Amino acid sequence: MSDALQVPTLAEMTAAGQKPEVVFWVGCAGSFDDRAKKITKAFVQLLQKAEVSFAVLGTEESCTGDPAKRAGNEFLFQMQAMSNIQILDAYEVKKIVTTCPHCFNTLKNEYPELGGNYEVMHHTEFLKSLLDSGKLSVAGGQFKGKKITFHDPCYLGRANKVYEAPRDLLQKLDAELSEMKRCKSNGLCCGAGGAQMFKEPEKGNKDINIERTEEALETQPDIIATGCPFCNTMMTDGVKHKEKETSVKVYDIAELLAQAGSL
Amino acid sequence: MINYLDNLVFINLLIAAVVFFSLNVKRLKRNIYLGKKIDRTDQPKERLKNMLLIAFGQSRMVKRPIAGLLHVIVYVGFIVINLEVLEIIIDGIVGTHRVFSFMGRFYQTLIGAFEILALLVLVSVIIFWTRRNIQKIKRFWNPEMKGWPKKDANMILYIEAVLMLLFLTMNAADFEFQLAGGGNVISSYLAPIFAGFGSHNLHMIERTAWWLHIAGILYFLNYLYYSKHLHILLAFPNTYFANLKPYGKFSNLESVTKEVKLMLDPTIDPFAVAPSNENTTSEKFGASDVFDLNRIQLLNAYTCTECGRCTSVCPANITGKKLSPRKIMMDTRDRIEKIGRNMDRNGKFVPDNKTLLNDYITPEEIWACTSCNACVEACPVNIDPLSIIIDLRRYLVMEQSAAPSDLNTMMANIENNGAPWPFNQQDRLNWKDNL
Repeated sequence: MSDALQVPTLAEMTAAGQKPEVVFWVGCAGSFDDRAKKITKAFVQLLQKAEVSFAVLGTEESCTGDPAKRAGNEFLFQMQAMSNIQILDAYEVKKIVTTCPHCFNTLKNEYPELGGNYEVMHHTEFLKSLLDSGKLSVAGGQFKGKKITFHDPCYLGRANKVYEAPRDLLQKLDAELSEMKRCKSNGLCCGAGGAQMFKEPEKGNKDINIERTEEALETQPDIIATGCPFCNTMMTDGVKHKEKETSVKVYDIAELLAQAGSL
Repeated sequence: MINYLDNLVFINLLIAAVVFFSLNVKRLKRNIYLGKKIDRTDQPKERLKNMLLIAFGQSRMVKRPIAGLLHVIVYVGFIVINLEVLEIIIDGIVGTHRVFSFMGRFYQTLIGAFEILALLVLVSVIIFWTRRNIQKIKRFWNPEMKGWPKKDANMILYIEAVLMLLFLTMNAADFEFQLAGGGNVISSYLAPIFAGFGSHNLHMIERTAWWLHIAGILYFLNYLYYSKHLHILLAFPNTYFANLKPYGKFSNLESVTKEVKLMLDPTIDPFAVAPSNENTTSEKFGASDVFDLNRIQLLNAYTCTECGRCTSVCPANITGKKLSPRKIMMDTRDRIEKIGRNMDRNGKFVPDNKTLLNDYITPEEIWACTSCNACVEACPVNIDPLSIIIDLRRYLVMEQSAAPSDLNTMMANIENNGAPWPFNQQDRLNWKDNL
């Protein structure tokens, strides 16, 4: 199965005189975090199954600058953004898909003002378009009777008003989608955003991911679904903290779709 | 001459109230203009739509149905009953009594509607008071609500209750109005209280209620500037000028763009002497005081009515951190006001060795923010506390290098190897090899 994973880089494709339809922006978490790498692979498997012509930047990819910008370091953000834009423009990239809502938001909303104009999609939107156009189909049977709750990533939901695409995908799994009390535009943050992922929280009486995990567990789910590698980490940690990791699994929607397709 | 004494007193009272109010409007404008200019005049149709829907139509208020419904009642009551103020003012200036009553049934229907609304407002205000003082709704008990903010909130409710009672009393004690028997839908139930009073006393009661009612309204008008209640006016411009871009898009710092472009431009000689003719005062990055914020952010601060919906949905606040988005807005307003009073006293701002950052808002508060935009989404009048938090962070990081050490590590990693963690950029594609 491992050798089935053909992941061309933009450099390779360009050298071969080809142009991918879409660039898959993997992101730092998707590249380096062991848990998030599994999301990356699941998404790549789906892209291949749907025969999408795609490429990654590979070693030419660099942080979008999102955590620097949220931390207030506009200098570092713009340095990152401008060098990324130089590379993307050199390859004449038009369309980008990413599995990280933070990369998605930054590329989509904050790069245009610095000269980088691309059509940017979150992988849930992209997967939905593949399903809608019939390029990808899902055999939902395996999730029948399972209860799934979806945690809205802030940078996908409130920040960009994408609430339905991930839910539409979950519907295709034939599972029972049960919403948390705080969902969609009222969704509670997992605690990772705004560069919090990279620092210790300030003094308080609870960690945010515990608060959110408790709320997710109230829906008695078999699976907590997310659409963000950072939310995934926070919710996974929360489930472990609650000692529920044997009965409740945290998955990215791409992973669930890949599982459903019994790849 | 003595016959016109009432009219003269009234006209003077009216003029004094309007002049005093205008002075405060001027002060308000001056204070908001302490902030930096920002262009929010694009998409006028979209902006007008927002204002009509959100401020006039209360669309965001009703997301919380109980508070929303009560608020709509008080709001509609306020707007509609104020039609009556027009009559009161004409009566006061000219010396007539119920000048519009010639309209007959229409007038009676109108007053009847006002009376019903007045009762509804009174009931709503009592429920509001109970929610705030008896029922321990958490968002009314955060630390920033101690002292003046709590008094202010109750004061507004007392004034509103008294104004409604005076309006109904004025109608109940109006013998002719009661005799006409139309429009006194509520006050007819109060009228029996005055049954044995005699026409002179009744007239005195009616006049007293009339005078206190209009004086109360003029007082309330001038109370606004000193109160969170200013939102009844500022909600309109605030929703009009609100951010129309996706919440996830943070502002771009033009000043940084210029410098970064220079740094990345290979044709620039890095050792060249900086051209001397340029404006040498380099721009400050981020905000440490209200002067560094923009005018919309300052307008936001004056518009905030301290309802605390933002704070009640803030993940940091929910989990016991010090950050409260409402406090960010209240602190900003307090700081502007402090500077404003300084200017009133000294003719211009004399530095007071204080800044919004540190003296009002602590770094601990702003570093607790997850930038999740829940506060922005929750605000019924489109206030954006997050933009202030980020501007303060920018100052701490870019002007003072005062980020938490973990974040410095993260930023150093991005600088050195293009990822927030210490992994080599050359290893970025390794994930595909080890399935």
